[in-house]
Amino acid sequence: MPMHDLEQHVVTIDKDSAPRIIHFGEDFWLEDLPEGTRVIYPPAPLEGLENVDAAIRHSLNFPLGADPLHAQLKPGMKVTIAMDDISLPLPPMVTPDIRERILTIVLQMLADYGVDDIHMIIATCLHRRMTDAEIKRMVGSTIFREYHPDRLYNHDAEDPNGIVNIGETELGEPIELNRRAVESDLIIYVNINLVPMDGGHKSVGVGLCNYRTLKAHHNPKVMRKTDSYMEPKSSHMHSIVNRIGKVVNEKLNVFHIETVLNNKMYGEQLSFLTKNEDHFTDLDWLKFDGLRFALKKLPSAAKRKMMFSIPSPYDVVAVNAGSTEPVHEKTLERCFEQYIVPVKGQADVVITGIPYVSPYNVNSVLNPLLVQVMGLGYFHNMNMGTPVLKKGGTLILCHPCYDTFDPEHHPSYIEFFNRLLPETRDAMTLHRKYEKEFAENPSYVDRYRFGNAYHGAHPFYMWYWGEGGRQWTGRVIAAGATNSRVPELLGWEQAATLNEAIAMARTSAPAQPDITMLHHPPIFMCDVQE
Amino acid sequence: MSGLQMYEDLQRPEVMHHGAAAFYDLDGTLCSTNVVHSYAFYARNAPTILGKFKKTSSLLASIPFFLAADFYSRKLFNELFYRRYKGESEDRLAAMAQELFHEVIKPSIFDQAYHLVSQSRRAGHRQVLVTGALDLLAKPFAEHMGIEYVLANQLEYVNGYATGRIQGELVAGATKAAWIRRFTVEHRLDLESCFAYSDSMSDYPMLAVVGKPSVVNPDKRLKNIARQFDWPILKFS
Repeated sequence: MPMHDLEQHVVTIDKDSAPRIIHFGEDFWLEDLPEGTRVIYPPAPLEGLENVDAAIRHSLNFPLGADPLHAQLKPGMKVTIAMDDISLPLPPMVTPDIRERILTIVLQMLADYGVDDIHMIIATCLHRRMTDAEIKRMVGSTIFREYHPDRLYNHDAEDPNGIVNIGETELGEPIELNRRAVESDLIIYVNINLVPMDGGHKSVGVGLCNYRTLKAHHNPKVMRKTDSYMEPKSSHMHSIVNRIGKVVNEKLNVFHIETVLNNKMYGEQLSFLTKNEDHFTDLDWLKFDGLRFALKKLPSAAKRKMMFSIPSPYDVVAVNAGSTEPVHEKTLERCFEQYIVPVKGQADVVITGIPYVSPYNVNSVLNPLLVQVMGLGYFHNMNMGTPVLKKGGTLILCHPCYDTFDPEHHPSYIEFFNRLLPETRDAMTLHRKYEKEFAENPSYVDRYRFGNAYHGAHPFYMWYWGEGGRQWTGRVIAAGATNSRVPELLGWEQAATLNEAIAMARTSAPAQPDITMLHHPPIFMCDVQE
Repeated sequence: MSGLQMYEDLQRPEVMHHGAAAFYDLDGTLCSTNVVHSYAFYARNAPTILGKFKKTSSLLASIPFFLAADFYSRKLFNELFYRRYKGESEDRLAAMAQELFHEVIKPSIFDQAYHLVSQSRRAGHRQVLVTGALDLLAKPFAEHMGIEYVLANQLEYVNGYATGRIQGELVAGATKAAWIRRFTVEHRLDLESCFAYSDSMSDYPMLAVVGKPSVVNPDKRLKNIARQFDWPILKFS
């Protein structure tokens, strides 16, 4: 996108500016911001591919750094297709999901070449198992009927017989992966890249591994050394993932199919949410008022249900296939093209709304730990190495911070939040003292394996994910928090309104503070320049 | 060890308590059978056809009564129920215990129970079965599952015949919790780090006494409690 277009995505508030819409959990705030506040908007969606199926076929026949897929197939071979789970894309996309389209073409090709020993594994790593209905929605009913549950299932990182060690990195990190995938002649990985953190070596090396392998990079030490985990080239976490990935590629035959989606999170009816409010038409304001009116009448759970029932009409903007690194390089180029907004200088105060959804609560509630991971983890890291917030600055997060957890999806989070956080917020102490206990807790292992719960170690990762942000940020103010307990346990301050939060932030900021509001979602990444 | 001594022991700084145990209820928790199934097996296998008929039909007739007793108190239920063993010979019960285990209990063990016990063992927890079932059934079960310690009810025998009473204190409800406390002190375990698993409201004391309780296929009352206390709810099938 040319530079002049991007400049439209940074707007400075003056006395005539319209109020701004801010995501507030399942609701929206409409707030007048102080004059001089800089508001950053996401870039417009990139144009989608006209013929996605043709692009998929082309990528399989002309892969990067690998033989065409058909040339790698022979009758009787064992093939495992692994794919990203429900955390991608976010929110879930309008059907047919891109995974269904890719699988349909790949399965047909496998059948044409006499390959019938095929398993499809959802690369959940330590995420929750997807439900049957979710899997069906993702792969389509035809594939679901034919393959589920025997040949289409969730990865199980705790199956004692289902994991196998394939070696270790030069630094001695053990690599333990899904047995079926390891014992296959060919692994085909079907990826969706929504953010640059995903894909590449992370797909197989993380998606199909177990707790022991994940420990090498999912720990607070690594997170403290990682400036932005959305910028894989300089991310310390990615350097370890890549080290593991290199061994994976030496030992296994992996064929990657990576896709990039644009940021068309909202359909026609809600597309006004991405616009500069100064350019709103009367119809846009009417739509917004209508949305707020409808939401006002509903309880939170019903609002969530309604929101999750609106899938996003993303377009596919790239499909690349072949070997890990050249494919991922192309993927990242396109990702950055979609997400980067150049921004001049950092801010003393950053304001951001926290929406109802994160990668870890699809069809569930955004609990306090996830509010934390969205603010201090994801949004803080949406940059190219330099955060928008100055070191020691104030981050204002707009969210009700309700003390609600989903016992089916997040049972270990409940114990983490209520038992551990009152004792310490220090990530290193939590890691050292409690992570193993949670990871090995038989009840959490059972719920992970046979229920739909995130692994016992997962709440720790959420805390570590926020570690970089916590170290960087001076103060966090939860604007609109409906209780004091949640902000207190998270180490945050509480403000009833955004205005109050800004007034509080001014007390520790320079006389004329630079205030920036991040107008997401849809997500974007700031390329902060001096 | 008296209750007072036990408490004093806990207070002594030189007594280091570390390590954890997992305490399992048996019936309905690790397997789908209960004491009624066990008795029914004995009844069906009575030596004479008439005896078989009498015992089975009397068991069927008293089911509503037992259901009411169980709802009121598992302790009362067990006390009443074990009276039905009165007059059974020790030899016969012992001989049939193995058969009963293989034919009735073993097929009803939940698949996930195997995973749970093996994960718990991997995590380094001592394995303990704390059940209101009879020891002659609990022991083969524990052996099969690799559970090292068993607390179960033992029938009282006089001249080789069951009196219908239980030896010593009946294992049910609060007595399980008291025993668990003693066990953790004797084995220098940290009660807060211990796990307990049960399906029944009657085991609330046992669940409440440990630091990490979980419920398995809970009834409505226990499910409500589990939700209130944020105890994990396991669903075995």
